[in-house]
Amino acid sequence: MSNIDRRNFLKMSAGLAAGAATGEVLAQGKKAGAAPTLNLKPEKGAKLRVLRWKRFVQGDEDLWLANTKKFTEKTGIEVRVDSEGWEDVRPKAAVAANIGSGPDIIISTFEDAHQYPDKLVDVTDVANYLGAKYGGWYDSSIAYGTAHGKGKKWIALPMGCAGNALVYRDSHMKAAGFSAFPKDTDGLLKLMQALKAKGTPGGFALGNATGDGNVWCHWLLWAFGGKMVDTKNNVVINSPETIKALEYAKELYQTFIPGTLSWLDPNNNKAFLDGQISLTCNGISVYYAAKTSPDPKLKAIAEDIGHANMPIGPVGRPTELNLVFPMMVFKYSKFPNAAKEYLRFMMEKEQYEPWQQAAIGYVTQPLKFYESNPIWTVDPKHTPYRDAMKVMQPNGYAGEMGYASAASMADFIVVNMIAEAASGSKTPKEAAERAEKRAQRYYKV
Amino acid sequence: MNRLLENRNFLGFAFMLPAAVLLLLFLTYPLGLGTWLGFTDAKVGRAGVWVGLENYIYLYGDAVTRLSLFNTLFYTVVASVIKFALGLWLAILLNQNIPLKSFVRAAVLLPFIVPTALSAIAFWWIYDAQFSIISWALVKLGWIDTYIDFLGQPWAARLSTIAANIWRGVPFVAICLLAGLQTISPSLYEAASIDGAKPSQQFWYVTLPLLTPIIAVVMTFSVLFTFTDFQLIYVLTRGGPLNATHLMATLSFQRAISGGALGEGAAIATAMIPFLLAAILFSYFGLQRRAWQQGGSDK
Repeated sequence: MSNIDRRNFLKMSAGLAAGAATGEVLAQGKKAGAAPTLNLKPEKGAKLRVLRWKRFVQGDEDLWLANTKKFTEKTGIEVRVDSEGWEDVRPKAAVAANIGSGPDIIISTFEDAHQYPDKLVDVTDVANYLGAKYGGWYDSSIAYGTAHGKGKKWIALPMGCAGNALVYRDSHMKAAGFSAFPKDTDGLLKLMQALKAKGTPGGFALGNATGDGNVWCHWLLWAFGGKMVDTKNNVVINSPETIKALEYAKELYQTFIPGTLSWLDPNNNKAFLDGQISLTCNGISVYYAAKTSPDPKLKAIAEDIGHANMPIGPVGRPTELNLVFPMMVFKYSKFPNAAKEYLRFMMEKEQYEPWQQAAIGYVTQPLKFYESNPIWTVDPKHTPYRDAMKVMQPNGYAGEMGYASAASMADFIVVNMIAEAASGSKTPKEAAERAEKRAQRYYKV
Repeated sequence: MNRLLENRNFLGFAFMLPAAVLLLLFLTYPLGLGTWLGFTDAKVGRAGVWVGLENYIYLYGDAVTRLSLFNTLFYTVVASVIKFALGLWLAILLNQNIPLKSFVRAAVLLPFIVPTALSAIAFWWIYDAQFSIISWALVKLGWIDTYIDFLGQPWAARLSTIAANIWRGVPFVAICLLAGLQTISPSLYEAASIDGAKPSQQFWYVTLPLLTPIIAVVMTFSVLFTFTDFQLIYVLTRGGPLNATHLMATLSFQRAISGGALGEGAAIATAMIPFLLAAILFSYFGLQRRAWQQGGSDK
């Protein structure tokens, strides 16, 4: 044991010396536009606890833990990584923020950092360093990572997002008379109708599915120009644009496989892999599951899977929502510098690229540089997920993220509205009015 | 010191202290805190300020909360009545001399022993829109052509969740009532049959009155469990479709924890208390009447 300690110590001191040396060199070279540096000094004897969402694809967890181990070997900082179901991380993070105790780093979802910004360690230095080194952050990264989305003070580092795309069966699409996947919402409706007529329908989650339901319902609402709030956070959901989206949803719903009103997050994956649906909206996890399965039947499905970006609606630009993962360091942590160093380490090319590769791009990068990661081109089926963070619209669009946007989504206001209108239990107008009333409650605060 | 230890009052107090501390710490304090939170606008990560009845006024006008109250009452009443009827029936059956008596009795308890989250997942598959074994079997038998949408239609979803709750709750009721049945002295039945009482009369005039105290306790518990059910709904539907199965407990969680509105969630949870108290008082005053148990009538 002491041997290892000594070896580690030697390695560390060597590393520090080298770091100091390059630091000097870089300081001189800075004027010449050399790579940026960041000199965080992890606290002595630091130990970190990290809470993250439980992987959807095995490769993600394997590499994340391997990278963490590498970090421990390099720095001597012990890191314990706990994983929880992704929907359980948000309440745990909220409790940690509330009582001021818990894991040093929490990797949560969506706009969590904006719910308790004053409980989070300022990570501007790491963000600026990474941004400068890796081609800059996407707009959506800045929206999620900085206080009020203003791009100045960073309260969280986006780890990336679980991109969503339309997952379809290529042979079924061709059998339905389409040679290429439609690029707009009208085309999608026609394809869905044709698939239904061929007896190979598609389906999208309309139950209280936190991920899949919210993702595609927000895309649909935004594609037609509907939105929950304007830029000043006034509720404007009850609009002609929303009604148009709801009318479209109603037509689209006619083409769904029965039972989608009860679908939670896993249902569409199961139904797709069983060959019961031919089109749905999902992350790359369906493809991953099929591709890595030993079952020849699933392997054949993997061959047949195609991915397409969410079609563009009347607003004329991409309007997808993706599941962003903010990495937050909490102020109660005794080792904020060690925590920041850990995040920096994990986001560096040496770690981030192999990790993305192991997850076959389940997590799309928040930094522009990683667009060049070969994982996006090695298999053309990966490519649609590459631009998830580049083109997405953030939560609470077009307003500010915060408590109100999180609460509105947690209460399934948009999903319920679309499900009500689609299933015909309410007219589009009634559904929009109800959503407006419910949203006003949260946005009034 | 010795004097103190010989003092009955002090000893009594000393022995009660651990229990009292536990109750205060783990029961009274959380309950008090929850009630207080219900009167504030506390958000996750932000302490609230006192807002009086504002949460309750809002919830009163909130369609989803009203729906969840209706769902909760419907769920509790229907499930409890059926659980009582089935449980009593099962208890009486188990009280007969049947082969493999102890094995059957143990087996009956199984649904109650399996963790709810697990049995809920089993039901989730049973009710799945695409993979339901019930639908599959019926389709194979040629009785239906399309899969039943158990959890996709509001009323079907309510009844399906109730069925799952009943499946889980019946053993508890049955085993408790069975214990009650076994405390009834056989001599009473002998006396009744000597007097010429028919089996149905024996049931109404001997079994039921003597079982009432147990029924009161068991059904109070059963109602409390059902009213506060959470896991089953959370796994099966998350309160969907269209909030048709949201119970107050699940809505409270959704608003307070996922949604961050701690105060509002606490208010929903607190709003459950009067209903729970009513159930307890009903069983206390309604079913524990001594006179009735001893064959008399109410004065």
